Amino acid sequence: MTQEIDSSTEKYLRGKYAVVGVGETGYTRGSGVTTRVLGTRAVRAAVQDAGLDMSQVDGMLSYSFNDSTPSPVIAGDLGMRLNFHMDVYGGGSSIEALVGIAIGVIEAGMCKTVVIYRAMNGFSQVRIGGTGRGGRSALSGDGLFTRGIGLMSAGQMFCHTFMRHMYDYGTKPEQVASVKSIHSEHASNNPKAFYQNRVSVEDVLSSRMIVKPLHLLDCCVETDNGTAIVVTRTDRAKDCRHVPAVIQSVVGRCMKPRSDMHYQSGPISTVAGHYAKELLWPNAGVGPEDIDATGSYDAFTFTTMLQLEDYGFCKKGEGGDYVSSGIMRLGGERPNNTSGGHLCEGYTHGINMVIENVRQLRHDIDDSCPRDADGVVQHTFDYSEGGCRQIKNVELTANLGWGTPGMGSAMVMARGA
Amino acid sequence: MGMPVLIDDLDQDNQSFYRFCGQNELRVQECRACHLKRLPPTSACPFCSSEEMEWSLVEGKGVVYSYGEVHHAIQGAFKPHLPYHLLLVELDEQKDVPKPYDGLRLQGNLAEADGGLAKVETIKRVGIGTRVKVVFKRLGGELAMPLWTIDEDSVQPENPWRYPIE
Repeated sequence: MTQEIDSSTEKYLRGKYAVVGVGETGYTRGSGVTTRVLGTRAVRAAVQDAGLDMSQVDGMLSYSFNDSTPSPVIAGDLGMRLNFHMDVYGGGSSIEALVGIAIGVIEAGMCKTVVIYRAMNGFSQVRIGGTGRGGRSALSGDGLFTRGIGLMSAGQMFCHTFMRHMYDYGTKPEQVASVKSIHSEHASNNPKAFYQNRVSVEDVLSSRMIVKPLHLLDCCVETDNGTAIVVTRTDRAKDCRHVPAVIQSVVGRCMKPRSDMHYQSGPISTVAGHYAKELLWPNAGVGPEDIDATGSYDAFTFTTMLQLEDYGFCKKGEGGDYVSSGIMRLGGERPNNTSGGHLCEGYTHGINMVIENVRQLRHDIDDSCPRDADGVVQHTFDYSEGGCRQIKNVELTANLGWGTPGMGSAMVMARGA
Repeated sequence: MGMPVLIDDLDQDNQSFYRFCGQNELRVQECRACHLKRLPPTSACPFCSSEEMEWSLVEGKGVVYSYGEVHHAIQGAFKPHLPYHLLLVELDEQKDVPKPYDGLRLQGNLAEADGGLAKVETIKRVGIGTRVKVVFKRLGGELAMPLWTIDEDSVQPENPWRYPIE
């Protein structure tokens, strides 16, 4: 840790806001319904999970690549009269940024409680990676630098950063592949996960090549789903159903120099987390060593590794050792993406990793563990296949959201009272 | 590749860049205020924000800074050419300026000397550290785009770094 941490006073609204509700549809391929239905279901589920009436939520935020249904429609369907709403363009790294915006608008007195959702038919309608979205229109000037050279998908855009990390630091394919293997172990204990089968490092390395250095199993799944969370002031959270996940700090869409042209200024094997951590940890009053569980965005195996490294969970260049050491496995010192994340559970542009950590902090993960007569889950902490995925005594989590190598967001949450 | 090109008349920065390529010249914007060159074409200088610039000729030689090797094409036009290389080329000019690790970098395909996309045996010779030079692929009309070919006249590294699994 290079920066000085001041944990003596409440800083930048530290602890003043919380995530009090989470909601999700199933993670499927072929939802058979519109994004309007997915958004409606996710928002309703999140508000009900919070123990609130629809009329008690007066703010709404969403994000999309124009592949969703905007919030006035969702609110109208659910009979919610909003005092504030906004629909933002963007995908990965949006959720943590929007939590910050929600805090800001509540603090400004514009509304009292905000629900944030992402609804997408990411497999059956607009596929982020697969179809060559917009591939048939004429090439513009900027397009000649991308589509004109066959550079369009996320994997094709990020490969220079991934490859250069291997060159700069000797990172090995089998180290990075262990991210998928470990997340698949977690997913095998998640009845909601789209892929629940466990895969080995060998399975990853023997899957077909997409764009070097990415094999098929280094890339995340594409799914259809609606997901939502509810943010409000911590002092209002006492009226809600669950233990709140109290927000300690947020960073939103923090950028490297030259942003979209980040590869012009180096080192390109360093990602936006390098800058974001200088806000995240001092504002939270904790450091990476204090974190019990991480949710590091796994659009690719590499993105998880690069972020954990640049947020300081290990020394620069040692990300390959970190992700293959067993630390981030359930039962390890600091599990990552206990739901299976984007690689296995489903692709949501980041929300499901926040939902997972909120449930971890409640000590109420939705695994297959038995419930007692009062309906309270009795976690076994047996992490073998099909078993428990609740982390013991988890108090503090970090979500690390990825947009591009040049852009990222992050959030620290703590178990509330 | 069968994809139509339509550069907006208002997009003078990109128009100029690709027109110079059409004249077999790789020119980059150079700021008249701080004299730093930049890539790709932008509307102002990323180092001092000035709009005043001129188009400065560069040699068109450099080194492969990083690469990706595409085996699964998502654009139909590229499927017949698999595998193909996405290169990030660092030009010889302005390396580590204004700061360490900064450079003039261009993304482009690996090509044969005649400008066609590289054959598999050529791809296997190229990795991080390979010296390359620009070739121009005609886009019809007055425009061309820059691709990169192995610079056979240059001293090459003995073993350019390649992804360890072939």
